Amino acid sequence: MSDLEQFRAETRAWLAENCPEEMRDGDITAENQCWGGRQWEFQSDAQKRWFEAALEKGYTVPTWPKEYGGAGLTADQAKILTEERDRINARKPLSNFGISMLGPALLAYGTHEQKLQHLGGIARGQIRWCQGYSEPGAGSDLASLKTKCEDKGDHWLINGQKIWTSNADISDWIFCLVRTDFDAPKHKGITFILIDMASEGISVKPIILISGHSPFCETFFDDVKVPKAYGEGNLSVVGEVNRGWDVAKNLLVHERGMLGTMSPLRGSKGPENLGGYAAEEIGLDLTGRLDDPALRQKIAQAEIDDWAYTLTVERMNDEANAGNGLGAKSSMLKYAASELTKKGSELRMDIGGTDAATIGPDGIEYDSLANTWLYNRAYSILGGTTEVQLNIISKRVLELPSA
Amino acid sequence: MSLILTEEQEMLQDAAHGFLDENAPVAAFREIRDSKNPDGFSRDLWHEMAAMGWAGIIVDEEFGGSGFGYVGAGVLAEQMGRNLTASPFFSTSVLGATAVQRYGTAKQKDQNLGAICDGTALFALAVDEGPRHRPEHIEFSAKSHGNGYILSGSKTFVADGHVANKLIIAARTSGEAHDPSGITLFLVDADAAAIERTHTPMIDSRNAANIKVDGLEVTGDDILGEVDGGYEALEGILSAGRAVLGAEMSGSSQRAFAITTDYLKEREQFGQKIGSFQGLQHRAAHLATEIEMTKSAVLKSLQLLDDDFESASATCSMAKAKSGMTAQLSTQEAIQMHGGIGVTDEYDVGLYFKRVHVAQQMFGDAGFHADRLAKRSGY
Ligand SMILES: Cc1cc2nc3c(=O)[nH]c(=O)nc-3n(C[C@H](O)[C@H](O)[C@H](O)COP(=O)(O)OP(=O)(O)OC[C@H]3O[C@@H](n4cnc5c(N)ncnc54)[C@H](O)[C@@H]3O)c2cc1C
Ligand SMILES: Cc1cc2nc3c(=O)[nH]c(=O)nc-3n(C[C@H](O)[C@H](O)[C@H](O)COP(=O)(O)OP(=O)(O)OC[C@H]3O[C@@H](n4cnc5c(N)ncnc54)[C@H](O)[C@@H]3O)c2cc1C
Repeated sequence: MSDLEQFRAETRAWLAENCPEEMRDGDITAENQCWGGRQWEFQSDAQKRWFEAALEKGYTVPTWPKEYGGAGLTADQAKILTEERDRINARKPLSNFGISMLGPALLAYGTHEQKLQHLGGIARGQIRWCQGYSEPGAGSDLASLKTKCEDKGDHWLINGQKIWTSNADISDWIFCLVRTDFDAPKHKGITFILIDMASEGISVKPIILISGHSPFCETFFDDVKVPKAYGEGNLSVVGEVNRGWDVAKNLLVHERGMLGTMSPLRGSKGPENLGGYAAEEIGLDLTGRLDDPALRQKIAQAEIDDWAYTLTVERMNDEANAGNGLGAKSSMLKYAASELTKKGSELRMDIGGTDAATIGPDGIEYDSLANTWLYNRAYSILGGTTEVQLNIISKRVLELPSA
Repeated sequence: MSLILTEEQEMLQDAAHGFLDENAPVAAFREIRDSKNPDGFSRDLWHEMAAMGWAGIIVDEEFGGSGFGYVGAGVLAEQMGRNLTASPFFSTSVLGATAVQRYGTAKQKDQNLGAICDGTALFALAVDEGPRHRPEHIEFSAKSHGNGYILSGSKTFVADGHVANKLIIAARTSGEAHDPSGITLFLVDADAAAIERTHTPMIDSRNAANIKVDGLEVTGDDILGEVDGGYEALEGILSAGRAVLGAEMSGSSQRAFAITTDYLKEREQFGQKIGSFQGLQHRAAHLATEIEMTKSAVLKSLQLLDDDFESASATCSMAKAKSGMTAQLSTQEAIQMHGGIGVTDEYDVGLYFKRVHVAQQMFGDAGFHADRLAKRSGY
């Protein structure tokens, strides 16, 4: 048996033994995933057992080095782990912005001490991170951000406002882009800094979405003092001062990578497959076809697109593992995934008809199709809008001229 | 298995790329068209391809083939799609070779595979009887007669039917006209007296034939696969054809798109390169994304044909649907983004537009496959 086959066999056995039955529903959504953090309470005993088993093995962050809480898996091993997890439909034991966004950026730009503290905290599910990038005046044009960060000798002093900060109200730390130089060209005066949300002077105000729920906030910084270092070698700034844009860009690629590998039509709340759901809701005609030919055609089309997209994620991963990095092509995945995600929930709402448009006495229920449908509109806005992704593909992948 | 080419397959791709760019560029295709070459392809080129092992690309080595499987065939078809190379490759080396290798008797294999590999025998598959692909709708009749059958009926759009030495004909031995069971495949000599072939030039400047058979006597030895159970074999042959057509269309999409992005970087209007206009950039970026999706779909279907042929049918349908839609979009946009020059005969993008249209119609367009997939998934 080759090493990889051996690894597969061991992984399969480990999963069989350690992944509780209840965690094999394959359905990780914002509502049922394990986020971790100081305020975290497990939703079930099974969720807790699954998390703890994974933690012990380093499988909350399988590819990170062992000294930072991971299992140090190679790309090939990680692929096998994912395949084996998917095979039994297991949820991820832990998922959050720390794992998908900050972690990879720290691995690339952090000092050993920064990694020890922050990666460890993420891996163990102790610290939940939020992302402080966008501002009222800096959305797609992120580099025009204005939150001011002044050097006060032994500490930084921060004043300004962030907006659309997902889960700021329930996060422990924030990774932030701030302006340290107002005179330099806009990309050259930005710094990437890590801040404890418990710091004096930080306040958050939830914003209500079209669904009536509030997963994001405005975040205010009023004379917030941030130490230069949290310990020996453990600086609050990641990378160099005024060079935060490099870190931010690296992180955005990971964010897109993550957003680009969602399984758009499935997973996120709702019946397993669109066609099956439609057949149940609408019924079939005498030839055995869905009794709504126009909708049927749209569903079949979406399923074909979803399938080709899923394969493209697989192919691009395989290419990356073979040494052909994804680079700006991650924008293609982000673009395709978010458009398909919206399409999937549009179709579910169409299939559900007036049933799907009926809400509860207290508004739109959290686990309803309608909530997902409304929330999913955000996928083509957050993490760089669809139009911004298309700009990136034009410029970086196709190298089309600029105006 | 990884969804990428192996080193060997990549070498084949490079070799095909180099060879076709040099020996069969679009200009060569244009010349065949303009000279009204009655074959619709160059026999010399075909013999060179055969000498390189392309004619027997999917044929096992024991029968003289190169044993590259369907991924190998797709790699070649993609390169041919890039250059619009016309050849009997598809009908003979994909459809004919699949039919004989997978469903033929030992004797049929001995008699035919060698001739496929060395490029001497040309095959054609006769399925459809009307202008739209309906593989289960077979009226062409095979009436039992003594130890054999008598074949009568007609077939439309038999690609390469005008040059084929051998025809694979789907005929009805029992059941109703639209019944998948009761179909039987026959492998017959194309120049039999009872077969009348009418050459039908197509809009993509490839050739096909309408075929009329009037009382052709055949024996049990001429049957390919099971009596009455031919639909399964037909499905297998069509699946292989769909995946490889998908690869060809993927190649055409890529090339038409590359010609277009080059033009966007070169043509100026309003004092700037037209590629700087966001109205064109976003459409190009969308198309680039669709082309990536198509590549994955096509490769997956080819790999599955090699790995688990019997289970590949739905995947091949998806690949055909996806590649067809992308190829149409790619060639439509290619014309549009070129402005006036895009609709001229002199410019290549129109040739891609026409070829892709026929390839899309062949063996089911995107709508056909969407319907099939939906039915298969129970809706
Ligand atoms: C649910 C949700 C969660 C979020 N979570 C976070 C978070 O945790 N942390 C964080 O920092 N941010 C977060 N964001 C913010 C998100 O990153 C921004 O909304 C996004 O960058 C777009 O900025 P904007 O909303 O200001 O829109 P704008 O940039 O004002 O865009 C408005 C419209 O103009 C278009 N547009 C802008 N520039 C161009 C261009 N050059 N070419 C073509 N079209 C263009 C856009 O595509 C869009 O359609 C979140 C957003 C949402 C919706
Ligand atoms: C069949 C036919 C008959 C014709 N007959 C005549 C005739 O009788 N007399 C005559 O004078 N002309 C005639 N024309 C020419 C016709 O008017 C031009 O083809 C047309 O104006 C487009 O110009 P172009 O071909 O140079 O394309 P270009 O202007 O080079 O356009 C190339 C591409 O760039 C796009 N593009 C250009 N500028 C922008 C922009 N600012 N923003 C976004 N996209 C842009 C275009 O939409 C197009 O997709 C004819 C053309 C055709 C095809």
